[in-house]
Amino acid sequence: MAAGPAPARPTSARPMSAVRRALASLGYAVGLPVLLVVAWALATRGTTNLYYPPPSRVLTAFVSTWLSPDTLVRDVLPSLGRFAVGVLLSIVIGVVVGTAIGATPWLRALLEPMLEFFRAIPPVVLVPVLMLLLGIDDTMKLAVIVSGSVWPVLLNTIEGVRGTDPVLVDTSRSYRVRGLLAYRYVVLPAASPQIMAGVRLALSIGLILMVISEMFASSSGLGYQIVYFQRQYMVAEMWSGILLLGLVGVAVAAVFQLVERRVLHWYHGSREVARA
Amino acid sequence: MQQIDTVTGPGPGDVAPGARSGAGARAGGRAGGRRGVAPRAGGTAVLGTLGVAGFALTWELVAWAEVVNPAYLPRFSTTAARLVTELGEPRFWSALGDTVVTWALGLGIAVVAAVVAGAVIGLVPFLRRATHSTVEFLRPIPSVAIIPLAVLVAGLSREAALVIVVYAPFWQVFIQVLYGVGDVDTVADDTARSFGLGRLQRLRHVVLPTALPYVITGFRLAASIALVLTITAELVIGNPGIGRQIDVYRSAPDAPGLYALVLVTGLLGLLVNLVTRLVERRVLHWHPSVRREGVA
Repeated sequence: MAAGPAPARPTSARPMSAVRRALASLGYAVGLPVLLVVAWALATRGTTNLYYPPPSRVLTAFVSTWLSPDTLVRDVLPSLGRFAVGVLLSIVIGVVVGTAIGATPWLRALLEPMLEFFRAIPPVVLVPVLMLLLGIDDTMKLAVIVSGSVWPVLLNTIEGVRGTDPVLVDTSRSYRVRGLLAYRYVVLPAASPQIMAGVRLALSIGLILMVISEMFASSSGLGYQIVYFQRQYMVAEMWSGILLLGLVGVAVAAVFQLVERRVLHWYHGSREVARA
Repeated sequence: MQQIDTVTGPGPGDVAPGARSGAGARAGGRAGGRRGVAPRAGGTAVLGTLGVAGFALTWELVAWAEVVNPAYLPRFSTTAARLVTELGEPRFWSALGDTVVTWALGLGIAVVAAVVAGAVIGLVPFLRRATHSTVEFLRPIPSVAIIPLAVLVAGLSREAALVIVVYAPFWQVFIQVLYGVGDVDTVADDTARSFGLGRLQRLRHVVLPTALPYVITGFRLAASIALVLTITAELVIGNPGIGRQIDVYRSAPDAPGLYALVLVTGLLGLLVNLVTRLVERRVLHWHPSVRREGVA
């Protein structure tokens, strides 16, 4: 990835060039976004076009719509709460069930086709099914989020557990590291890179399903509000909702990256050593 | 040129037949190895079939015991029968056709745009650095967030659906192309240069083989994402297709029809996975990852 200035070249660190380099990477980071917003502002200056409001109006709408305590408490926080709970549930279920399946060859063979099938079902089509089965309430919205985001975690855990280095397993067994101890110190670490990859997918699917479940059947929440604004032709408000979802997506990705760095620091470290 | 030929040269010679005619032909040379593997593979298939049957049976029993209101959870047998009648209806096939066309159009646009944009941006270091922050911001935006916008601008139409179907797969492929183009081995590139290969030739013989595995992986992921988004769009926006039919059955309410179509979407997803894996194997038959798979 083009991750800023190439760190591979340890040139003599003169303070002057360091400052200049920092400035350059800052310029690269904000240059294009600023340019785009300015272009957007110029293109929509004095516009009467209903669909593309100028950025200043979207920003005002953003502050007045989403930062008011009323919407924050009624719509935004419950949505985010359901998202968090749903994804956490998916991770717990996925890791626990995935370990059981991954460690038992016959169980894996028995269930694999069915699991592949369930993963292939677009999660959104389960919304109508779950609406029928559970009615329209928070449970159904949670179930929608879990029903979509559990699969990547589950399948990646199965793969990760199955891929544990057999030498490692045998060694720990001959040292009588068994049961929970082996799980905690051998299987789980070995599977964690795969599990984290699954969690990342689960997060983005969960976010999508949070929005969808509210678009369908709800009278509150982020997804409901955005659709409501669209139907009322409150276009600036709708844009601000899209902006908010974008920010949530970016924030979730950033938090994930932090957590991943912490959880897998040994893995990234060993990869770097292997590459050097 | 020379160097590249030695890399890809032996590939097509010994692997292409296997890739073309499947596992059977490949096993010819090493029948001994196959003997050890075959029963295990057979056992897996049996267990897998048992798993599917077990699922159907569980469904049937749960519905039969009326744990849930039978109007909401039809039996498996009812659903399967409904699926069969559904297969005989022209309405079903036209919906399926609509879905497939939207999917293919969206995927095609996304892949072409992503490959072109990714190659241009990936090959120019300045553009790469300048777009990094913007890409990292736009990529995680959930595609459903732009549904209202698409509806507002394009109405309840296939165009609105296409906006969504193109958005997420585009990033998937785009990022892969960036990685792929950035992964070019400097030694290979320098070698090609000193052999006097021009810019276009290096693009063809150095960059393309390096980036292709990445692109194909991106394509495979994008194909499933595009299908999910196609059906999502039909369900939420209401443009014709399987997704809309599901919503029709939901509001009817026609539970067997609903469940039958959910099964269809799952099968469709499996089919897409299967086909893209085949494409991957074919396009990358020369690549070590595919070749190793064949030997093991």
